[in-house]
Amino acid sequence: MLNWFGRKQAPKDVAKDRLRLVLMQDRLAVAPQTMEQMRDDVILAISKYVEIDRSGIEFTWKDIDRKRALVASIPVISVKRGGISNDRTAQRSY
Amino acid sequence: MSETIVITSGKGGVGKTTTCANLGVALAIQGCKVVMVDADIGLRNLDVVMGLENRIVYDLVDVVEGYCRLRQALIKDKRVDGLFLLPAAQTKDKNAVSPEQMKELMMALKEEHDFVLVDCPAGIEQGFKNAIAGADSAVIVTTPEVSAVRDADRITGLLEASGFSKPELIINRLKPKMVARGDMMDIPDILDILAIDLVGVVPDDEYIVVSTNRGEPAVLQESSRAGQAYRNIARRLMGEQVPFMDLTEKESVWEKIKRMVKLG
Ligand SMILES: Nc1ncnc2c1ncn2[C@@H]1O[C@H](COP(=O)(O)OP(=O)(O)O)[C@@H](O)[C@H]1O
Ligand SMILES: [Mg+2]
Repeated sequence: MLNWFGRKQAPKDVAKDRLRLVLMQDRLAVAPQTMEQMRDDVILAISKYVEIDRSGIEFTWKDIDRKRALVASIPVISVKRGGISNDRTAQRSY
Repeated sequence: MSETIVITSGKGGVGKTTTCANLGVALAIQGCKVVMVDADIGLRNLDVVMGLENRIVYDLVDVVEGYCRLRQALIKDKRVDGLFLLPAAQTKDKNAVSPEQMKELMMALKEEHDFVLVDCPAGIEQGFKNAIAGADSAVIVTTPEVSAVRDADRITGLLEASGFSKPELIINRLKPKMVARGDMMDIPDILDILAIDLVGVVPDDEYIVVSTNRGEPAVLQESSRAGQAYRNIARRLMGEQVPFMDLTEKESVWEKIKRMVKLG
């Protein structure tokens, strides 16, 4: 909050920075149900390829470099080999 | 062509009613036929700001409920030709009226007036929905403060979701001295954040308080800076290109020194 003269940042600039952040959150506001649904859809998609530890899933918003990011942390137990490689073989043999 | 304009803000106390009264008078002075509608049911204010509180017989809810004819409820302002007020009910609550009824009312008012100005209540609930129901366009009032600008952004989103393609912004109570010191957000700061078109900037003006006490909108006072700003906005609403007032004020040397000493 101190600029290069060792002075505090001007109040108007503090206001502007705070507004930018809060509006980013407001504009991206998502209902909790939507969040849950989104999480379930992501899990479903990923489960086709890997076996995951459902109890350890984290799915949240984070503010990174003034941008809103959707961050998912999904612990993987193992990679499923079966289905996918079969598909590939099928494609190749065509 | 006539137009219904709703004056909104989200946050209360930023100057919607003041804006509605002043724009109403200014448009009427320009020769337009104007009706101001107080949609703040249960908390009516526009009547006292206009100094017309002693002349109310019927109100908006009486009209909607068919208790009286629309024309009976309109109060004619004797100071300016072609200016009318439709007062809000004071004893009923917001739910006494539905958006459909408001739409119908606005249609009827538009037939007889060039401008219908709707003073919207604070908030985003029923009262807001009623106030925007019959409007063609919207003006959003904000002050240069974080909470007011935030609410203005929320209202912009809600208006756009309700089909208002281009709400316009009025920045009210700008204090040029504070802006010069960097203590208050400036016009470009706010526009940068809100990304909507500006229709006017009204300086903070003590005369607004005096005029509200008297029930005589500041527009009627030639020397009032806020009055001048509202006269300009009225002409812009009529489609004229009017340059923005220069509101910049430099700090005096003495003020600057005082501030430096305090900060140092
Ligand atoms: N430009 C201005 N300068 C000084 N005071 C103002 C200005 N605009 C509004 N006010 C004051 O701010 C208060 C709230 O205004 P009002 O129009 O009632 O807001 P709202 O209708 O949005 O609740 C009133 O006391 C009014 O006199
Ligand atoms: Mg009001």
